[in-house]
Amino acid sequence: MNHTWPSRLLGVAVPLVLALVVSVVLLQLAGAPPFEALRLLGDGSVGSLAKISDTLSAWVPLTLAAAGLVVTFAAGLWNIGVEGQIVAGAIAATWVAREMPGSAPVVITLMLVAGVVGGLLWALLAGVLKTRGGVNEIFGGLGLDFVASGLAIYLIIGPWKREGIASTSGTDLFRPEAWMPTVGDAQIPVIPVVLTVLAVVLVYVLMRGTRFGLRLKAVGKNRRSAHLLGIPTERYTLAAFMVCGALAGLAGAILVSSVFHKLVPAVSGGYGFLGILVVLLAGYRAAWIAPIALFFAAVAVGSTQLSLRLDLDSSLGGVLQGVLVLLVILLGGWRAVRSRRSTEHAAQEEP
Amino acid sequence: MEATLASIVAAASPLVYAVVGETITEKAGVVNLSMEGTIMLSAMTGFAVSYTTGSVLAGFLAAMVVGMLIAALVAFASIELRLNQIAVGFVLALLAVELSSFLGDPYVGQQGPSVRAIDVPLLSDIPFLGRILFQHNLSVYGSYVATIGAYVFMFHTRRGLEMQGVGERADASFARGIDVNRLRYLYTIVGGGLAGVAGAAFSLDVKLGWREGLTTNFGWIALAIVIFGGWHPLRAASGAYLFGVLQTVSLKLQPVFPGVSQILPLLPFVLMIFALVLVYLRLFRELGDRHPMLRHLLIADPPSGLGTTFHRE
Repeated sequence: MNHTWPSRLLGVAVPLVLALVVSVVLLQLAGAPPFEALRLLGDGSVGSLAKISDTLSAWVPLTLAAAGLVVTFAAGLWNIGVEGQIVAGAIAATWVAREMPGSAPVVITLMLVAGVVGGLLWALLAGVLKTRGGVNEIFGGLGLDFVASGLAIYLIIGPWKREGIASTSGTDLFRPEAWMPTVGDAQIPVIPVVLTVLAVVLVYVLMRGTRFGLRLKAVGKNRRSAHLLGIPTERYTLAAFMVCGALAGLAGAILVSSVFHKLVPAVSGGYGFLGILVVLLAGYRAAWIAPIALFFAAVAVGSTQLSLRLDLDSSLGGVLQGVLVLLVILLGGWRAVRSRRSTEHAAQEEP
Repeated sequence: MEATLASIVAAASPLVYAVVGETITEKAGVVNLSMEGTIMLSAMTGFAVSYTTGSVLAGFLAAMVVGMLIAALVAFASIELRLNQIAVGFVLALLAVELSSFLGDPYVGQQGPSVRAIDVPLLSDIPFLGRILFQHNLSVYGSYVATIGAYVFMFHTRRGLEMQGVGERADASFARGIDVNRLRYLYTIVGGGLAGVAGAAFSLDVKLGWREGLTTNFGWIALAIVIFGGWHPLRAASGAYLFGVLQTVSLKLQPVFPGVSQILPLLPFVLMIFALVLVYLRLFRELGDRHPMLRHLLIADPPSGLGTTFHRE
């Protein structure tokens, strides 16, 4: 396979154009002016400083989840439980915000730490279910997603219910010390962005420059031969889950502290599943996560404008993302098959 | 009691179609992970088409076609492009859910046609059982036919044996002159068609109408029930009914525990997934090995070629 720059760019550009064509056709079907809609999509995501701030707020949890998923994917694991790990982190951080006294720096730091620990432990559960219970991580993870969202709803309508009426709209707002500080009128989430950049760098270095990353990839490529080479595969599997859970939990803590300022039932907002799409699109490479997640976040934030201005369902953004990922995967497979065929032909021609 | 059981049988029928369909697909060695999206998009399509045409049958057919198309894409990506079935299926699951929201928007909250009730002559007069099993509609009876048909086909016909061979040992099947990939296409598409019928059975029978997220989580639970069912159509269908029982129980418990009534509907999903832990327990495996009669009930071994691709080289 050739990995030259132009060919790699083509592998992204062609599906992107095709995904836009599909979106235009869908908009036409829905009776909306397609180019007006796409303009709104762009306008609603990067049109003003406030919109850019919104997009960054979506980019942070998406990128954190995707960075964690790079690690589990490297170990050959489909960590579908990432949604539940975000929720677990959010719950742990909410507990700190409600129970811990103290000044803003202390409370917020503790919330982030609690989020990391909560997500890590929740991921460890999925890991143990897999290594000890023999439950495939896809289903164990789904089950734990259900449990986590059930737990969040229980806390919101039960022990942490709002003064007076219990409502599924969320807990009371946190006290101001638990609100993540932002910069400027546009409320740009500088601290979460810095943390996210650090997390991406960490994962990149972990996967590219450490023995741990190398061994983890060995476990992912061939569990049995890794075991025979003396790698403790169970420990590595659990470690991968814990790294991913920690980052997802951090995302959950940031969501409650910086975005919602309270615990809401759908706190994970689908960022975990979307993160899986980001990683698939990035070809499991850490370096590509951040820019792709930025594009996805822009599309997601921009598409909320469609429902406000054109009375369209905001799911168009999700359709665009899904079509894009599907096309990139299909095209990648097609190119691989074609190049394999041409090398086979070449091999046959020279006996 | 009879009424409750009858309502469980009716409410479980969409899931029965889905788990039987996915069992067929996986028995031939292919994982169609797109179930969540397939069921959702075909539920939307089935309702939209029957709302527009006034024909329930047209709705079911359209839903079936949607399921078959998605399944064909999974098979194509796996067989021709040698792509990971899990990856393609997962992307399709999310994409089809989003598509159902976007395209289904105009149909939200509309009143449409539904499947008409028909008692089965004679059988419906059987005391107790008649009331539970044979006083429903064609959608429910069809789920019996699909289950029993899949069972008979799989274990009591030559073609069913070939299909199992393709899922277990593709290379050996190929050596015996079987066109492995053609059969994998066929059974993946058949399974997808049944998943499509499951969607229509939701929107035209069990959960009348369309709204965003009408069948949320039912596709994921169907995939889990296939494992719980040990890739056996009868056991998988039993799993779907068990899930129906859990759902009914959690509904009945809502007034008893008003404090937690909002999380009770999630409980069956959790229990069903953790029932998988039981299926994998060593205790069950040992019991199954010791008592061959119970083997079918206790042991769940996936088809050994599940999720792999086959190429003659």
